[in-house]
Amino acid sequence: MSEDSGVWAYAITEEGHLSGPEGPVDLSWLTGVGEAKVRTVTSGGLAALVSDVSLAEFGEAALRENLENLDWLDEVAREHHYVIDAATRLFPLLPVRLATVYTGDAAVSAALTERGGQLRDALRRVGGRVEWGVKAYAAQHEPEGPNEAEGPDEAKSADADGEPAGGSAQPRTEGGVGLAYLRRRRAQLTAARETKTAAVTGAQEVHAELTAKAADARLHPPQSPQLSGVRQPMLLNAAYLLDAAGSVAFTAAVGGQATAHPELRVELTGPWPPYSFVGGDDDGR
Amino acid sequence: MTDNTPMSGAGAMQRYGSGSGVAAGGGRPPTNLGDILERVLDKGLVIAGDIQVNLLDIELLTIKLRLVIASLDTAREVGINWWESDPWLNAEAQRRATGKRARGEVDDGDDARELDSGDGARELRDEVRRLRDRITELESGQRE
Repeated sequence: MSEDSGVWAYAITEEGHLSGPEGPVDLSWLTGVGEAKVRTVTSGGLAALVSDVSLAEFGEAALRENLENLDWLDEVAREHHYVIDAATRLFPLLPVRLATVYTGDAAVSAALTERGGQLRDALRRVGGRVEWGVKAYAAQHEPEGPNEAEGPDEAKSADADGEPAGGSAQPRTEGGVGLAYLRRRRAQLTAARETKTAAVTGAQEVHAELTAKAADARLHPPQSPQLSGVRQPMLLNAAYLLDAAGSVAFTAAVGGQATAHPELRVELTGPWPPYSFVGGDDDGR
Repeated sequence: MTDNTPMSGAGAMQRYGSGSGVAAGGGRPPTNLGDILERVLDKGLVIAGDIQVNLLDIELLTIKLRLVIASLDTAREVGINWWESDPWLNAEAQRRATGKRARGEVDDGDDARELDSGDGARELRDEVRRLRDRITELESGQRE
């Protein structure tokens, strides 16, 4: 360890999983953030998967800036996920949150020792299990904007080009047109609301059915259209914890729910490492 | 950049339904960045100790807000309000709204005020605000 490097943590496992009856697990092929080699730090029967990172890029000040760069974040998040995803296929583990950087191996060991009991409990609860992500959107498209017979309005909009958005200097003579637009929009929204209500109810039913088939379930905030790449509102964004052996039946159940709910578009992702199930109330947040 | 590194093992995605009950999409598109970020940033084990970097509070806030809050308006509009019991999200949603108002970025709209109050007017104000935000975004893009 040099002064200008830190230790990035990916996952926690039991030391025994790395040297089981089938022989030691070889991680030498695995590279993580910044293409650094992944290694292990062990303490008290637990092991952390870590790699060395430069503090010039991953120190506190640098991270503050870099995390604002979505391209940088994309790359680092995928590298972090890749290590966890690969290792979770080899042995049970607990995924560690992105950007957990220790001052050195001794600090990692100390954390393992200090939190040993909780970490073992969590490993018993989620270790070896996977999560499946299920998202549901309203199947019907949102009402289009009032494009029909809107030629004159569009022409006026073009004239107003360069006007600050929401500028209070906008002449009120256009209020009549604006009001007509808003009234039409309200009628559209009223119709759309009824469709959405049916879809929301459907999404709640899907969640209840799938929760009953899973060991545990978590709700994530719905993603914005920019993030999901889907125009329709996301009505459900959930993660379900399954035993590896339960995945076949669960994914079939998701397909069954999709068929039973034509008002929804259902999306299934996974299997994921059990990210969503390691941060309980005792996660020290 | 990253578009040539779809190395996630969780890249498998299945889409069901397109409004007609027929499977659409499918295949193995690169894993959605949002799916990864909401897991590695927001979930995952938090183990403290002698850490060099503590991103648990302020630093992650901006990212989380950018990714999460934009979707809250949509969710509220369709009647999902589970996050309102989540103290973290609830507090941040309020803080963000307050901050935006303080910076004068949100104009609730004189036009909308001429309509009746209630759900319809609220939705319209949201719509107006979204449209104005979009215009601002487009304008700033053109000037760069």
